[in-house]
Amino acid sequence: MILTPVRYADVVVLTLQGRLDQSTAEDVRTALAPHLERCAEGQDHLVLDMAGVDYVSSAGLRVLMLASKQAKAQKGYLVLVSVQPLVQEILEISKFTLILRTLPAVRDALAETSPAGLAAFEPR
Amino acid sequence: MRVKFWGTRGSIPVAPTTADVRQKLVAALTQAAGRQLDTPARIEAFVDGELDWAVRHTFGGNSACVQLDAGDPYYVLCDLGSGVRGLGNHALATRRGEPAEYHVFMSHTHWDHIMGFPFFMPAYIPGNIITIYGCHAWLEEAIRRQHGAPSFPVEFAQLGAEIRFVRLEPDRPYDLAGFRVTAKRQRHTGDSYGYRFERDGRVVIYSTDSEHKLDDPAATRAFAEFFRDADLVIFDAQYSLADSISIKEDWGHSSNVVGVELCQMARARHLCMFHHEPTYDDAKIAAVLAETRRLEEITRDGHTVQVSSAWDGMEIDL
Repeated sequence: MILTPVRYADVVVLTLQGRLDQSTAEDVRTALAPHLERCAEGQDHLVLDMAGVDYVSSAGLRVLMLASKQAKAQKGYLVLVSVQPLVQEILEISKFTLILRTLPAVRDALAETSPAGLAAFEPR
Repeated sequence: MRVKFWGTRGSIPVAPTTADVRQKLVAALTQAAGRQLDTPARIEAFVDGELDWAVRHTFGGNSACVQLDAGDPYYVLCDLGSGVRGLGNHALATRRGEPAEYHVFMSHTHWDHIMGFPFFMPAYIPGNIITIYGCHAWLEEAIRRQHGAPSFPVEFAQLGAEIRFVRLEPDRPYDLAGFRVTAKRQRHTGDSYGYRFERDGRVVIYSTDSEHKLDDPAATRAFAEFFRDADLVIFDAQYSLADSISIKEDWGHSSNVVGVELCQMARARHLCMFHHEPTYDDAKIAAVLAETRRLEEITRDGHTVQVSSAWDGMEIDL
């Protein structure tokens, strides 16, 4: 599981790749931690790009839930985008759609949360 | 070996309400609309063959009691929830007064798992022998104290059967009642114990009232080993995964998602969801079953796990 950060103004897009399961969950949690610290009111917005994630287990869902919980407590913005259909089904069956917010694509998140971020993202 | 479910509901027994019955009638008549159902035979064929399972059936509302029937002249049970009342009445009706032995393995002593014993008629009849096994130090006290004032009109001492209590140690295999039996401690308030029953090359796991923490890979692996190559895993799937690790964290129960994952890791053959949430109606439990089957299908990794949802009266032959 690799996390690649890209910044668009005050928005950090983290691209996840691979399987988010018991063998990778703690690494992802550790890698998310510094980004989550800054995911707070008046600081960064956080977008998790899930396009490259083809499986999420219960251990992975727990890490996403903890991330969402922390962001919420800090009044930060965290959203998942580009969730693959199979992972979307797992979110629905586990009822995580009640906990995690998803949007179709990175652009949707930027358009929703940060005009400066959207401007930085759009090709000139 | 046959596994028979006498009680499958979690936390408290429930009964269908008038609204539930009405909902089933409306669903059945809607599905029947336009068909020529003008004879009892045609109606029965429609009900048995075409009507949705959750409309023509109910998952039932008795609390935990499961029978392992290997063809012996004695009875082997897990837990003494309200479902044991039906088993006792059935045993008396079929044995016609002939005494019997009952071997009961207790997951724990929370009320929903012991409340059937005061209504277990074989306990009142001299000649019957009931041996109750468990790992809790307070097992006997918990069973005894629900009899007698101020909770019940009959004192424990008035029970006619010979009742024995046997304390087991977890993680130690025993040869009991024709089975190789191993108990495992589980996360639940006051602890609960799962059981691995082995006999004639068949393995049945009874694992109810067990919460699984997702941040403890060693514990997960230990449960996968406990479930290893089981033919049937009877599994507490009371909550959704989201509920079990958020608002209902530390309430002591698990989810369908964790059940699928553990059975996949263990290469178990059949996951039977058990200890159903008491607020769920038949339609909701059926929906959870459909979702869980789908989850197993889309996460399958070369090994198929059959998925079912226990109902009162269900029988599984192994």
